[in-house]
Amino acid sequence: MSLLEMSHIKKRFDDLEVLTDISLTVDEGNVLGIIGPSGSGKSTLLRCAVMLEKVDSGEITYLGEKAVWDGQNGRAVYAPKKKLREISRNYGLVFQNFHLFPHYSVLKNVMDAPVHVLGQSKEEAAQSAMELLKKMGLEEKAGAYPYQLSGGQQQRVSIARALAMNPKVLFFDEPTSALDPELTGEILSVIRSLAAEKMTMVIVTHEMSFARDVADHIIFMDGGVIVEQGAPEQVINSPKNQRTMDFLSRFQN
Amino acid sequence: MKSFSLLISQLGAGMAATVKIFFLTLVFSLPLGLLLSFGRMSKNFFVRNLSKLYISIMRGTPLMLQLVVVYFGPYFLFNMQISSAYRFPAVVIAFVLNYAAYFAEIYRSGIESMPAGQYEAAKLLGYSRTQTFLKIILPQVIKRILPPVTNEAITLVKDTSLSFAISYVEMFTAAKALATSWTSMMPYLGAGVFYYIFNLLIAGIMGFAEKKLNYYR
Repeated sequence: MSLLEMSHIKKRFDDLEVLTDISLTVDEGNVLGIIGPSGSGKSTLLRCAVMLEKVDSGEITYLGEKAVWDGQNGRAVYAPKKKLREISRNYGLVFQNFHLFPHYSVLKNVMDAPVHVLGQSKEEAAQSAMELLKKMGLEEKAGAYPYQLSGGQQQRVSIARALAMNPKVLFFDEPTSALDPELTGEILSVIRSLAAEKMTMVIVTHEMSFARDVADHIIFMDGGVIVEQGAPEQVINSPKNQRTMDFLSRFQN
Repeated sequence: MKSFSLLISQLGAGMAATVKIFFLTLVFSLPLGLLLSFGRMSKNFFVRNLSKLYISIMRGTPLMLQLVVVYFGPYFLFNMQISSAYRFPAVVIAFVLNYAAYFAEIYRSGIESMPAGQYEAAKLLGYSRTQTFLKIILPQVIKRILPPVTNEAITLVKDTSLSFAISYVEMFTAAKALATSWTSMMPYLGAGVFYYIFNLLIAGIMGFAEKKLNYYR
């Protein structure tokens, strides 16, 4: 059984069709990379997968549990709120702009949801939060507030915050796009080490060589459709489709 | 000298009334304003527009007129007998109804200025809507709206003087009575000093609160 299955996803914003019949699956332990020009719909696809955006039609299934399916009139039907909340425990999201809670310390950012959503004890949550921060190289920043951190550090806190909820799959929405170039490396290496631990991830990114190294499967999107997909070496090193070639040639130089 | 101590004691009594109006108004209008701001931002057409109309009337008509309506309304509308004991409740009711409208708009500006990302991050972490509002949104909103709330609080101190319109004796009414019987400016000057010191105190306390909340940005 796949961890995530999305099939025939369609989404319009008013007159603009942003997703046209998108289907994909993510298996446990795999890393899916989604690349494509801006406006290609890749971020929207991610936001649909985590229910921040509603699809117009199509199906989304996590571990066999249907979150969305097509109704009789062809419009998407969402599972009841309670069910959706349950399903949403399967995934976490790392935002492009971190969206840390500025009034909480780094430690509280990471441990608050495990305490107040999962019902962990404070000691237990603090302990695992510290372990995660240590893994991110931020244990000495536990008492700091987000504004005191660099962008790269903030993004690492937000990764720790998402991991603290023990998601089965972690989504990344252009996790390095808001960072200074010299700070992207620290985030990419964190994601690499997560991949080495067989964390299931879906990553929307502009970092081509990173996508090639870390992903098991690459999807190239343009104009709301999947233009090309396959093994990373194949899609990135020897693309077959002209649009993929054009897009990638802009990154080569 | 004797007249000076009389002035202090008379104005002091008026001051106590002013302080009472001030605190009771804040205690009731701050929560009521929050509720009203929810109504103003509601997706429900009727709730939203009713709240909008209420705010528009409360902000668009003089507080003195509202005071008179609240005080004399029960008599003229329902033919109820009003006693002088109703003066104080009437003052507080009118002030609460009026200030809630202003506070509602301040809350709304604060809530609407919150970036959508805070809601989205909270949703992805599984916080309920109530948790999201109470733990994530409201604390940040309070920090943002502290300066305009300070403004309103200071205006409120001075607005308490409007109570003279229904002859409720707070500081200004007391000063006016003394000034008339003494044919002197002194009582007004004294009242002015009292108002000023009170507001200095409020500005100081709110400034302290702002500083306290400066631990994050």
